[in-house]
Amino acid sequence: MVDVPETPARRLRLPRFGLGDLWAEADWIQRIAALLAILLAASALLAPWIAPFDPTDQSLLSRLRPPIGFERFKDGYWLGTDELGRDMLSRGLYGLRLTLMLAMLGACIGLAVGSILGLLAGVLGGIADSLVMALVDVQIAVPFTLIALLVVAIFGAEVEVLVVVLGIYGWEQYARIVRGEVLKLREMPFVEAARATGASPARIALVHILPNVTSPLVVQFTLSFSNIVLLESTLSFLGLGVQPPTATLGSMVGIGRDYMPSAPWIVMVPAIAILLVTFAVQILGDWLRDRADVRLRGR
Amino acid sequence: MLEFAALRLLRMCATIFVIVTAVFFATRMSGDALDFVVAPGMTEEDRIALTEYYGLGGSIWEQYVRYIGAFLSGEFGISFLERRPVADIVAERIWPSLQLLLAGVGFTLLVSIPLGVIAAVYRRSWLGTAVMGIAFLGYAIPNFVLATLLVLIFAYTLNWLPVVGNGTFLHFLMPTIALSAYMIAGLTRFTRNAMLDVLSQDYMRTARAKGLAERVVILKHGLRNAAITVLSVVGLQIAGLAASGSVVVEAIFSWPGIGDLLVESAIRRDYPVLQFGVLSVAVAVILINTCVDLAYTWADPRLRLARS
Repeated sequence: MVDVPETPARRLRLPRFGLGDLWAEADWIQRIAALLAILLAASALLAPWIAPFDPTDQSLLSRLRPPIGFERFKDGYWLGTDELGRDMLSRGLYGLRLTLMLAMLGACIGLAVGSILGLLAGVLGGIADSLVMALVDVQIAVPFTLIALLVVAIFGAEVEVLVVVLGIYGWEQYARIVRGEVLKLREMPFVEAARATGASPARIALVHILPNVTSPLVVQFTLSFSNIVLLESTLSFLGLGVQPPTATLGSMVGIGRDYMPSAPWIVMVPAIAILLVTFAVQILGDWLRDRADVRLRGR
Repeated sequence: MLEFAALRLLRMCATIFVIVTAVFFATRMSGDALDFVVAPGMTEEDRIALTEYYGLGGSIWEQYVRYIGAFLSGEFGISFLERRPVADIVAERIWPSLQLLLAGVGFTLLVSIPLGVIAAVYRRSWLGTAVMGIAFLGYAIPNFVLATLLVLIFAYTLNWLPVVGNGTFLHFLMPTIALSAYMIAGLTRFTRNAMLDVLSQDYMRTARAKGLAERVVILKHGLRNAAITVLSVVGLQIAGLAASGSVVVEAIFSWPGIGDLLVESAIRRDYPVLQFGVLSVAVAVILINTCVDLAYTWADPRLRLARS
């Protein structure tokens, strides 16, 4: 009787990097983006403690006050006030918080749903595979904004509906990535070895295959996170997202548009915040993608 | 090739069928659509009459069969609010949307292909970096933010451009830029990568060794070969991107196109219009993509042989 050693689960692809190594190899723009991302995440997390005012507190006596440095600036309201006398800084912080929370939630749902479906398709094969891939085809064929518009209009502009819509976004990318990797990895010697030692399909899928798919998934997650921020902002901007008085950055831009000629800061504050978020996330996403994609090295 | 084309068309029909069905069940799952048209003072008879009128009676399966039947016979429903066929309402909006779309795609091609070539050729100098930086900005700026900033600068501050409608050439400028920014960013990057692949090929060295001018080498030997890949991407991605983009851009500039119609009917809950509008845009995108895919396969002998 030959003694077959247990095959340990193995990682392929990138070796692990410490955060210090990552920082050392980044160029200045990537460092700015990383710092910006940390700053934005921190201000979103700490919004309830650092916001100087309640974001829904109205003060009709100090409506439409400009930010610091302009005439009629009112002390304490650093970024000015909106049409109902609410503090722009506080609203911006809470809007950022909600935007990032919704996007994070949506991105996680998409990641979970997509990976599970992709894993099922790849491991089970047969009908499950065809079914999932047919759904992927349909999802790719239809522009997602249309689906989002339809779903939100039908089920109402509630936060729950919005989360579901954002969660559906991008699942097909994860499913495709995971399925592709599974098909590739299934034939690898270490998976065959695991199979030969009698590991169950579930164990192979979860212990041997899933850890090796992580790095493309992380890259995809970053890219889809920034797209979800855009999608949420767009829907809220069109008046189909979170309803007032709650605000996300997108709906602040949408509502502020009416006051643009006389009080442009109502639009500028949330618009700049959105730009900072997408800028930081896009650069980080690009960076991760370039690192993971060997073909792009040295370009 | 014929077999591949047949399969591709079959898959297209299946996709359209799935979408039509999904849209039906989504719209019917959300409760009684009639609630949005029945005024508070209406009697029970009015209610029944309206149910008949909009075809909302019977079980969900009866409605489904009627819905598919109506679709096949070309009756797509009647607007809740305007009380006329949705096909007419959508049809009126096609031309303005198409105009904006053509302007956007034309502008995108005009800007991004030269930029992509420049970025590839001068990739080691500041010029290439600058081009890619601009392309990156196009990615990072959401189109509604860009549109809002454009309006703020060119309409409210400088008073140069009109904001609402599609009357004159000047009306086209801001919507076209807002619609194309994202597409320009994507296509510039893609052109650059396609050019980089081509530039490192052996035949480029041969062309230079023959003593051809650098301009001829880059444009005739480089760009022509890269163009195949670039055009396939234009075909396959631009329909989807433009459809998503024009929804937002048209809504902002009150452009009388399908995108504006969709947002308006979504906010006013005019389901028949929304349903038919979404379906027609989705079907248009799928049709375009299928045609591009077929044309691309037919044009490239490697694919033509591999797939048949």
